[in-house]
Amino acid sequence: MPDAIETQNLRKVFGDYAAVKGLTLQVQQGEVFGFLGPNGAGKTTSMKMLLGLIAPTSGEASLLGKPIGNREAMQRVGFLPEHFRFQEWLTADEFLLLHGQLLGMKKDDLQLRRDELLERVGLTPFRNKHLRTFSKGMLQRVGLAQALLNRPALVFLDEPTSGLDPVGRRLVRDVIREVRAQGTSVFLNSHLLSEIEVTCDRVAFIQHGEVVRVLELASLSNDQTSVTIRVSNLAAESLNGLSQWGREIQMDGELIHMIVPNDTVLPEVTRYLVSQNVEVYSITPNRMSLEDIFIETVGKDGGL
Amino acid sequence: MSAISIIARLTFREAIRRRIMLAGLVLGIAFVILFSIGTHFIFGQIAADTVANMPSQMAADIMIAESTNTFMMMGLYAATFLSIAMAALLGADTLAGEINSGTIQTIATKPIRRADVVLGKWLGFAELLGLYVMLLCGGIVLSTFIQSGYIPQNLLIGLGLIYMESILIMTITLMLSAAFPALATGGIVFGLYGLAFIGGWVEQFGALLQNDTAIKVGITTSLIIPSESLWRRAAFEMQAPLTGTFGSPFTTTSVPSPLMMGYTFLYLIVVLFIAVRIFQRRDL
Repeated sequence: MPDAIETQNLRKVFGDYAAVKGLTLQVQQGEVFGFLGPNGAGKTTSMKMLLGLIAPTSGEASLLGKPIGNREAMQRVGFLPEHFRFQEWLTADEFLLLHGQLLGMKKDDLQLRRDELLERVGLTPFRNKHLRTFSKGMLQRVGLAQALLNRPALVFLDEPTSGLDPVGRRLVRDVIREVRAQGTSVFLNSHLLSEIEVTCDRVAFIQHGEVVRVLELASLSNDQTSVTIRVSNLAAESLNGLSQWGREIQMDGELIHMIVPNDTVLPEVTRYLVSQNVEVYSITPNRMSLEDIFIETVGKDGGL
Repeated sequence: MSAISIIARLTFREAIRRRIMLAGLVLGIAFVILFSIGTHFIFGQIAADTVANMPSQMAADIMIAESTNTFMMMGLYAATFLSIAMAALLGADTLAGEINSGTIQTIATKPIRRADVVLGKWLGFAELLGLYVMLLCGGIVLSTFIQSGYIPQNLLIGLGLIYMESILIMTITLMLSAAFPALATGGIVFGLYGLAFIGGWVEQFGALLQNDTAIKVGITTSLIIPSESLWRRAAFEMQAPLTGTFGSPFTTTSVPSPLMMGYTFLYLIVVLFIAVRIFQRRDL
């Protein structure tokens, strides 16, 4: 099976400014892929190139094994743009019918799918209301339904939770899980790291229009744990002895900070400290969050 | 259903939903009513005066037909202007506005050609303009006929040319709208229309004064923007036999040739083609 997305050195230059310098990445079929980066890193431009909205200056890319812009491939692709505005003079019903027709869907299937999706995003009671009367969250929901009409093999979501309340965010998260379970690949562009953390299989960090790091999120939970230990009566040599379990050991008043490879070493660390006559009050593992990795990768200035 | 007809239907429905058609309809009906009231009194007065002053009934009939034709052409001239304004208003915001707001993004990422978007919009606007021209021009011709029993010669050719002029302006607007923001598009279109208008006058006066240079200036303007030549050909087709000897914007002394009409048709096709090309190459 071809990759959902494959790009080779994709580049976009506006005048003398390279918005995307050389994007190379692969997204496999069925995975939820997060696309992370500071503002202005070239995320939206990259996404628009993949969708055929913007022509790349150079480089190559394919969606579902077909070159970008291929209509056969686009029949199996869904897209929810950022800050989208839709034909606000249409009702939710008409809006979904229009987009289904443009996808070339059969009438019966389209009506079935429309009803199903309206129900899923909770808009069935508002289906005959004009989009101009919709709140931002409702528009986001109808936009999501639009992106899923054709049961896409690959769906692009650009900031899908922006403007949504917690209930709406949960909905988006659940929908992503559901479509993933059906084998759909999801390309998720978001700056909400907690969102990415709970939904994505892999993330790419992008900065200055280049992928600087690709990370498997499954590995995030059990490696690189930072630990804070509150102690008293600690001798200097006892502190040095901790280096056999971890690194970057720092003493800060009563608190020891250190980074351990995984949390299975923590009982040993505790036993060691007790054997050294150190009074241990608490031991707190701080899982390294995506946010820490993000800051570590792009720098505190966000790469400005 | 083809992508072109889906977009055409969407365009048509948008004009109705956003009350553009309603505004056009109300103002169009008001225009025809005003014309009818005005001509009702004028026709009556002319008929009375002409019969009193003319030596024979036949001469009087000819004079009445001539002046009825002049007033009808005045009405048609105003209707043409309104159709052109409608054409520019419909087209100016369409691609530019949807690119600006991002509405185009969910459309352009569907499995359709970008050409389908442009051609669909063109078709939708062409249908709308057809209805609008029919309402305005049809209303004037009908009102004149009911009041005086007068029907101009070559009526269908004349109305067809007026319709084509509105299509031409709409197509130019659509092309500009694919490249420029809505406001700039509107500005350029009215600028071009003004150019064509002045060029037309220069050519008319050139013909009256038999000044070749002025005629050439007019023809050159028509080659750059041939909209006004369509009106002048339409006026020539429909005008009464004697009226052509006087110069006025409602009549024609220097007649655009059939060759010019062929050129205009070709011009329209080329502009539509360029509109598609610009939109195909544009980053959205």
